Amino acid sequence: MIPAPFDYHRPGTLDEAIGLLSRHGPDAKVLAGGMSLLPALKLRLGTCGHLVDIGRIPGLEYVKEDAGTLRIGAGTRQCVLAQSETVNSRYGVLADAVPLIADPLVRNRGTFGGNVANGDPANDGPAIVIALGAELVVRGRQGERTVAANRFYKDLFVTALAPDEILTEIRIPLPPPRSGSAYRKLKRKTGDYAAAAAAVQVTLDARGAVQRACIALTNAGPTPVEAVQAARFLEGKAPDEKNIAEAARLAASAAAPSADRRGSVEYKREMARVLTARALKAALERAGGN
Amino acid sequence: MKHRINVTVNGAAQEAEVDSRLLLVHFIREQLRLTGTHIGCDTSHCGVCTVLLDGQPVKSCTVLAVQADGCKVSTVEGLETGGKLHPIQEAFTEKHALQCGYCTPGMLMTCSALLERNKSPSEQEIRQAISGNLCRCTGYLNIVKAVEYAAHKMAGGVS
Amino acid sequence: MTAPRTDAKICGMGHSMKRKEDPRFIRGKGNYVDDVKLPGMLYMDIVRSPYAHAKIKKIDTSKALKIPGVLAVIDGPTLEKYKLHWMPTISADTQMVLPTDEVMYQAQEVCAVIATERYIAADGADAVEVDYEPLPVTVDPLKSIAPGAPVLRKDKKDKKDNLAFHWEAGDKADTERALAAADVVAEQYVYVPRIHVASMETCGCVADFNPAEGKLTVYMTTQAPHAVRTVFALVAGHVGLSEERIRIISPDIGGGFGGKVPVYPGYVIAVAASVVIGKPVKWIEDRMENLQADSFARDYHMKVRLGARKDGTMTALSIKTIADHGYTNASANPMKYPAGLFSICTGSYDLKHAFCEVDAVYTHKPPGGVAYRCSFRVTEAVHAIERVVDVLAQKLKMDPAELRMKNFIAPERFPYKSVLGWEYDSGNYPAALKKAMDIAGYDALRKEQAEKRKKGELMGIGICSFTEIVGAGPSKDFDILGIKMFDSAEIRVHPTGKAIARFGTKSQGQGHETTYAQIVAEELGIPASDVQVEEGDTDTAPYGLGTYASRSTPTSGAAASLAARKIRNKAKAIAAHLLECAEADLDWVPGKFFIKGVPDKAKTIQECAFAAYTNMPQGMEPGLEATHYYDPPNLTFPFGSYICVVDLDRGTGEVKVRRFVAVDDCGNIINPMIVDGQIHGGLAQGVGPALYEEISYDEDGNISGGSFLDYYVPTALECPKWETDKTITPSPHHPFGAKGVGESATVGAPPAIANAVVDALSHLGVTHVDIPVTPEKVWQLLKAKGVAE
Repeated sequence: MIPAPFDYHRPGTLDEAIGLLSRHGPDAKVLAGGMSLLPALKLRLGTCGHLVDIGRIPGLEYVKEDAGTLRIGAGTRQCVLAQSETVNSRYGVLADAVPLIADPLVRNRGTFGGNVANGDPANDGPAIVIALGAELVVRGRQGERTVAANRFYKDLFVTALAPDEILTEIRIPLPPPRSGSAYRKLKRKTGDYAAAAAAVQVTLDARGAVQRACIALTNAGPTPVEAVQAARFLEGKAPDEKNIAEAARLAASAAAPSADRRGSVEYKREMARVLTARALKAALERAGGN
Repeated sequence: MKHRINVTVNGAAQEAEVDSRLLLVHFIREQLRLTGTHIGCDTSHCGVCTVLLDGQPVKSCTVLAVQADGCKVSTVEGLETGGKLHPIQEAFTEKHALQCGYCTPGMLMTCSALLERNKSPSEQEIRQAISGNLCRCTGYLNIVKAVEYAAHKMAGGVS
Repeated sequence: MTAPRTDAKICGMGHSMKRKEDPRFIRGKGNYVDDVKLPGMLYMDIVRSPYAHAKIKKIDTSKALKIPGVLAVIDGPTLEKYKLHWMPTISADTQMVLPTDEVMYQAQEVCAVIATERYIAADGADAVEVDYEPLPVTVDPLKSIAPGAPVLRKDKKDKKDNLAFHWEAGDKADTERALAAADVVAEQYVYVPRIHVASMETCGCVADFNPAEGKLTVYMTTQAPHAVRTVFALVAGHVGLSEERIRIISPDIGGGFGGKVPVYPGYVIAVAASVVIGKPVKWIEDRMENLQADSFARDYHMKVRLGARKDGTMTALSIKTIADHGYTNASANPMKYPAGLFSICTGSYDLKHAFCEVDAVYTHKPPGGVAYRCSFRVTEAVHAIERVVDVLAQKLKMDPAELRMKNFIAPERFPYKSVLGWEYDSGNYPAALKKAMDIAGYDALRKEQAEKRKKGELMGIGICSFTEIVGAGPSKDFDILGIKMFDSAEIRVHPTGKAIARFGTKSQGQGHETTYAQIVAEELGIPASDVQVEEGDTDTAPYGLGTYASRSTPTSGAAASLAARKIRNKAKAIAAHLLECAEADLDWVPGKFFIKGVPDKAKTIQECAFAAYTNMPQGMEPGLEATHYYDPPNLTFPFGSYICVVDLDRGTGEVKVRRFVAVDDCGNIINPMIVDGQIHGGLAQGVGPALYEEISYDEDGNISGGSFLDYYVPTALECPKWETDKTITPSPHHPFGAKGVGESATVGAPPAIANAVVDALSHLGVTHVDIPVTPEKVWQLLKAKGVAE
C-alpha cells in the first residue's frame, strides 16, 4: 500500500500544468481528486515518475448554466455536484448517478472531471456524459479544443487526451422541453463499481412520441457503450412497454461485458437490458412531466 | 523529492518536510504521532483512516501529505476541546456504538461532520453518511442510534 | 428479565453498564500493535508468491539490498540454519515459515525484507526478483481426494494421498438403516464457501529481542497470548528462547473473530529477525495479505441427508463432508476435534440416529478453517441442519416453523444427551421460536406472502432455530497441543477496597474490562468502576487459552466468580473478627456483611479489605486475593430462533433483507447492552457470508476476493435494522448460569437468510441455494423458472 517514489508538482496555472505534462510525457499523470490515481499508485499498478496536481489551480470548479449549456468545471468535486440545485432539478441522470459513485468520503475528494477523463469504463461519468450529448473541453500545448463525449473514449484507459492535455470543462446542452434523463445502476454493494448500469436521456415530441434518445452503458466493454441502434429504434415511437422492452434488448446486444465477481457475461448483458428498461421508464416519466 | 508543508492539525500549526509519496495518514500517525487515525486496507475502501480535511471527511490514506499543505486537518484527537468531549464521543459510549474501537476514530470524524451539516439526520441519511466507513463489530445499529442521540443533545434536548 | 441484584453504584450483573474501555477508544488513545514505536525499530515487509504452486528457482536480492535502508532479506535457507523454516501448526500438522523448495499457495510468504523505514521495506520487497517455475495446481478438493491425484505434501515421507484427516461421530450403520426405513429422506448438497473474517485491524507484531537480557517481547495481534508464548518456547527453545524470557503482549486488538488465533509465518520471521539483528522488528500486514494468506474460514462441501416419518417426525441425519483445508491443517481446533464441534449438527432436534464424517483434504490454498466467528465449525453444522430441515419441510409440504416445533428437544428433556454425544445443558427452543414468530408477526407475513404471490411478487420468510456449543472446554476432552482448555482469573483487593483482576482470556472488543468487573462487583459488592481489569500480558496475567469460540464468559467468567467467592469467604472471616462474632452469625448483601437480624452491625467489603492489611485475625495470612483456574464441567449451549424476511427483485435477482428478527438465549446476562452489541455485530457478520462475502480460486489457484475491491464487506446500507429480543434459560452448571454469546448470530443468520430466499421461490419449485446468495444466483433460478423480468 506504499506507492513507488515519484516527484510531485503543484503548478499554479493550467499553462504551467500543461508545460509539466509536455516535459515529462507519459511518465507524468494528472492528479485531481486522486480517488482513482492514488489507489493505483499505492498498488504499484503502472509507473508514474511525476504527479502534476491540478487541485489548486483556480477556475476549474464551477457549475453554471449559460446560453443553453450546463458547464461543469472538470475540477468540481462530486459532492458539490450532488448538492447542486441546478443539476438535481434538470439533469436526472446526474441526480441519480452522482450519489451512487463510490461512497460519500470518496465523493468529497473525487472530481467529476477525473471520473470522466480516467478512461475507465467502470466509472459512471463516461456513460452519463455520452447520454447527455456532452462536449468535453480539453486544453493542451496546442490550445483548447472540444471533443464530443461519444468520441472521447478509445480503449480501456485510453481517451482522446494527448499526453499534454487536461480536461477542463464538461459542456452539457440544456435538454429541450419534454426531456428527461435517468441512471440505473446495479452494484454488489455500496462503494462497488457497476455490475451493469444504464444512462439514458430522452426527448418527447409534441405528440408524446420519442423524438430523440441516447442510451449509454457503464462497465459493458473496454469503453462506455453507446447503444446507437437502441436509441435510433425509439425515434418516432410511442414510449410504451413494448418499445421500451425492444430498445432495452437492443441496448443489451451492444454490451460486451467481461465476467468477474459481479457476474457472468450472460447475467451482465441481461442486466444491461433490465436497467436500460428501468432507466428509460424513469426518464420517460420525467420527460412527460416537463 | 521533499516538500515543505504547513498544515493546521487540530488547531495547531505544523510545519514539516515530507516526501512526495508520503500518505497523509502516515504523516499524521508517524510524523505527528497522532495514532488515533488508523489504517485498515490498501484499496481505499474501509474508511478507518477518515479525518476532516478543511471540514470534509476524507480517507487520509488516499490523500498525499503534500496535498494537505495549507489545509486544516482534524483528527479524533481534536474532537475533545478544553477537556470536554464532543457530543458524538459521549453518544458513542452512551449507545455502545463501539466494540474493538478500531473503526471508531474514522467513524467519529464522519459522524461529527454529518452533524455539522445536518442537525437532524434521519436513519437513512445516517446510514448513507457512514456508508464509506466499515465496521465488523457493531452491526451499525448502535452507531445510528448514537448519531441520533448526539443530534438530539446538540439541539438542546434532554435524555 | 429479572432485575439486577445490585444497585447502580455497585453495578453487578444485569446492568447495562457503559463500557470502561471506551474512554481511550473514543479519544483515539487506543494502543494497537501498529501504534507501538520502539527505539531503533526496523520494519519488515514480505515478498509473496504470485503462483499457487511453484518451485523457487532463484531469489535475487541484489537490487533490494542496494536500496539505502534495506538491511537484510531473510529467506527459507536462512531460517533452515536455525531449523525454523517449518513450524508445527495448532492442529499438529506442519507449516512452512519460509519455503526452501516449493511454494504451496498464492500469496505464500517467500522471503522478508528488513529495512529502517516502512516505505523502504516496501521498496525492498518490490525490488526482490524471484524466479519461479510454475507447477501443476490442485484447487478442487474433490479432485484432490480422488484416487491417483498428485500428492501435495511431498514433505511428508510416506504420504500417498491428500487426506489430512478423517474424522467421524455417531453410528454409521445404524443411521443408514434408519434412513433406509424412513418414509421420506431430504437430501441436499450444501456448500459453505471460503470466507475471511477481515477484522478492521489486520495482523501484525513488533518483535523485540533484547540481547543484553536475552529476553524476547512480542507485541502481537493475538487472541491467545499464553498459548503463543508456550508454542514459541517449544518451537524455538533450541535457539535459546526460554519460556520465562518470552513475553507476549496483546494490547488493544482491532477485532479478532478467530483470525488472530493462528501463529502466522510473519510473526515467526519477525521474531527470528529481531533475535538475529538484536533490534525491534515491526511487521504489519496490509489488507490484501490479510485476505489472501491469513487463516480463512468455512470451505465445507456437505452431503446432507435427513430422514423422517411422513407425519414430520425427524428420525435420522447423515452428513458427509469434504473439508478444503488448504495445503496444511492449520485450523485452530481442539486436538480431539479436528473438525471442531461439527457433531452439534443434530441441532435443536431430538434425532435418534445420526452420523457425520469429515474428510479434510489438502489443496493449493492458504491453510486455516475456523477463523470467522464460527465456534469451531458450528456455523457449518448449523447451516447444514437448518437448510435441510427446510428442504424436508418443502418435501412434506409442511410449514417450516411447524416442522421445527414438532421436532424440538422438549424443555423438560434437559440436560439432554444428543445421539452424537453432547450433553446440552439447558434449552427451551419452542419458547424462543414462538417469541420470534410473535415479534415477526409470522401469520401476517404468510398472508402477505400469499397475496404477493398472486401478483407475481417474490417475498420470503426464513427461519433458523440454532443450538450453539461454546465454552471449550472440559479437560477430559479438550486441549490445544496438549494444553488443557481451562481458563483463569486472579483478583487482588487493595487496602482501600479497590481491586485489580487479571485473566487468561483476551478481549478484542467484547468488553471484558466492563463485564469481568461486573462479575466481581456482583460477587463482592465492590463497585465495578473500582475494579481494574487486565488481560493480554503474559508476564502478569494468569495462564489461559484466550478468547475465541465464545469461551470467555463460560470459562474465565466462571473463574472470576469463583475467585471472588474465595475472597468473599476470607472477607467473611475478617468481618467476623471485626464484628467480634462467629462467621455463622453473619449474612451478606452485596458489599456488606452484617450480623443476622442486626443490620447496622455491619462491615463493608472495603472495611474488610483494609483490615486484611491492617487488622487481620490472629494467624490469618495478610492480604485479600485469590486465583482460580476453572476447568468447565461441560460446554454451554446458547440457542435462538431467527426469522428473516426478504424481497427479491425479479429483474436483477437482488435480495433485500426487509426485516431480521433475532431472539437469543445466552443464559443469565452480565451486561444486556454488550450482549445486544455482540448480537448486532454477529448478525452483520452473518449477512456478509449470506449475501456478499466469498473467496474463490480459479483452476490455476488465482484468488478472487483477495482485496476489498471484490471481498464485499457489508456497509451500514447493506445491514437492516436488527430487531432483537431474548429468552433466558440459565446454564445449570455455570457458576452464574451464563453461556456465552459472541458467535450465536454469525451461526444463526446465514441459514435464516438462505431459507428466506428459497422460501421466496419455493412455490416455483426451487429447493436450495448456496450462500452467498448473489443476485446472479437468484436471477439464474428466476430464469430457469421463467419468471425473470
